[in-house]
Amino acid sequence: MSEHVLPMPVDRKFFTRGVFFLLALAFCMFAVAAVRFIFGLETVTNLDQQHPWGIWIAIDVGTGVALAAGGFTTAALAHIFHREHYHVITRPALLTAMLGYTFVGIGLMFDLGRWYNIWHPVIPPCWQGDSVLFEVGMCVVVYINVLYIEFLPIVCDRLEGSVRFPTLRRICTYLNSILAKVMFVFIIAGVVLSCLHQSSLGNLMVIAPWKWHDLWDTQISSLLFLLSAFMVGFPMVIFESIFVSWSFKLKPEMEILSPLAKYVVFFTGLYLAFKIGDMLVRESYVLLVEGSVQSVCFIIEMVFGLIVPFVMLLSDRVRATPRLLFTASLLIVLGVAFNRINVFLIAYQPPYTVKSYFPSIGEIAVTVGLIATLMLVYRLIVTYLPVISHPELTPRKT
Amino acid sequence: MVIVNVSRRGFLKKAGAVGLGGSLVGLAPDKAIASEVIAASDDSMGVLVDIPNCIGCRECEAACNEANGFEVPTEEELKDKSVFAEHRRPGPHNHTTVNQFPGGGDGVEARPIYVKANCFHCNKPACVSACIVGAFRKLESGPVVYDAWKCMGCRYCMVACPFGIPTYEYDNPLTPQVRKCTLCSNEGNPNKGGVPACVKTCPKECLTYGKRNDLLARAHEKIRSEPDAYATHVYGEHEVGGTSWLYLAPKGASFEELGFLKLGTAPPPLRTERIQHGIFKYFIPPLAWYGLLGAVMWVARPNADAAMGKAES
Repeated sequence: MSEHVLPMPVDRKFFTRGVFFLLALAFCMFAVAAVRFIFGLETVTNLDQQHPWGIWIAIDVGTGVALAAGGFTTAALAHIFHREHYHVITRPALLTAMLGYTFVGIGLMFDLGRWYNIWHPVIPPCWQGDSVLFEVGMCVVVYINVLYIEFLPIVCDRLEGSVRFPTLRRICTYLNSILAKVMFVFIIAGVVLSCLHQSSLGNLMVIAPWKWHDLWDTQISSLLFLLSAFMVGFPMVIFESIFVSWSFKLKPEMEILSPLAKYVVFFTGLYLAFKIGDMLVRESYVLLVEGSVQSVCFIIEMVFGLIVPFVMLLSDRVRATPRLLFTASLLIVLGVAFNRINVFLIAYQPPYTVKSYFPSIGEIAVTVGLIATLMLVYRLIVTYLPVISHPELTPRKT
Repeated sequence: MVIVNVSRRGFLKKAGAVGLGGSLVGLAPDKAIASEVIAASDDSMGVLVDIPNCIGCRECEAACNEANGFEVPTEEELKDKSVFAEHRRPGPHNHTTVNQFPGGGDGVEARPIYVKANCFHCNKPACVSACIVGAFRKLESGPVVYDAWKCMGCRYCMVACPFGIPTYEYDNPLTPQVRKCTLCSNEGNPNKGGVPACVKTCPKECLTYGKRNDLLARAHEKIRSEPDAYATHVYGEHEVGGTSWLYLAPKGASFEELGFLKLGTAPPPLRTERIQHGIFKYFIPPLAWYGLLGAVMWVARPNADAAMGKAES
């Protein structure tokens, strides 16, 4: 531990031009939120009786959960497999996961018709063991709490440094010592819970085979979701780390990220093999030349989200060059996002449709606003709490 | 009591040999599902629709709207045939619709064919299986009913339903409900526990209410005794594991031409439940996964001294 750079608050100005831009986007979301919660879903969304799910489910929930996978994958790598070299990336990844899941919950509230009943799945009269969604819901609820517990030491570390309240300092020291002893329970739980709900998310559409395009309609959909979650965790961490470094004018930490990218090669290859194998076994490849929107989207997902970054990452030069590694990681992140959109929206072809679904301005404003707010909170937290470890960061006088 | 329990028990046994990567069960062939027999309870009620008898008067729509407290069409409006210009689907404020399809074909008078659409009340309903809070239930007496107080409005039931039946009150900002036909067994329905409003009002005896088993026997008897009048297929007998509503089509017309969907005989929930119950079989797979990771964590630790002194973050 001693050779590691210690995490500390980022000593940079909070309000920049970018921050004001994000604030503007967040403000738009609040305006739409007011309309949605006062006048109902119909006024804001383009949902109809044939299309009950839109981008709030496909992006805010489906994609949100997938892209928060960096939390459990880095925890497994650094804490369970004890690759100590990667300790420094666990805190940023944990923060992303914690915020990601929190915003999945908030995003879901927008979509739920009776949002005030969101807690119902946890009460026994409403338990429904047959429901795939129930499994996802319960795992996510427990996992969010696990993430908050995993995050507590970061808050304690910060408060321990506060000179003004000696009592608070003592409490934090005590809490930290207890947490250090029991944290392994939560770290393993976090990985198990993640594996469970990441895979179950892929099982959601399996109940609607006649509405689901055959390119995605496979019995191993949950396995594919799990493998793609394994795959996307590290690229998300890499993408974020480089992005944060650039935006705080720090040097990207390639000595950590480059070796991390080697794991990505393995997991991308594994997922790609299963995707192609599934296609061969089900002989769904005949649909690739169908010429439909679905077939085009599937090809884009496979080529730009999977094959191109996979081939890129095979090269040592790509893994060693910030800009190229950033590009490859971003392609994987966007590829998984596109896969979730494909699974939940593009591949969904209900009968008796009157019109096709395209998100409204309001739906887009909420989705964009949620991402902007998440980024703002992320920046706020790394500015005041010890999350990021970087050799160029120096302790700030408080 | 719920019918589905009967089938679920047998099903749990089957899902036995499932390992850690519960997803892998998905690799088993689909045939395993098709062999599942969904036995409706002997008391399960249903409705037999004799499509050739329907004259498109839409009195059933009016009666349904009245029973559910929706706006009731006037006699004038019911006579207006222009509504048939477009295909109308059941919605949140009308739980049944009658649509017109061109007649003709062998042995049928060249008059239009009218088909009533509403919830099929599946023997093994996808909405019941999908619902995250158990807001949908299949009653032993047949109907699939909805408890609004449980619902959180996620609309997964609408995604899951193979027939596209549940509809949502998108215009209600605070207490929106999923709405569909309840076979007149919802609270406050004047026909609750008895003959559904549509059946009661049908002037042409096109709708028959009774025990599903009796209705099936009756349907096949009709096909046998009047081979020139009816197509040989009873829609709903085997579709998605069987439904409470059963349909007889005029001879020469195919169900797909009459707005019915071509669906398999396997109930869709078995696809997901097989995987779901496999992953959670007695909680063994998750606990085994937990134990395995714990073992790795212990074995892979750098060395005991360093581990003792380390503060995990």
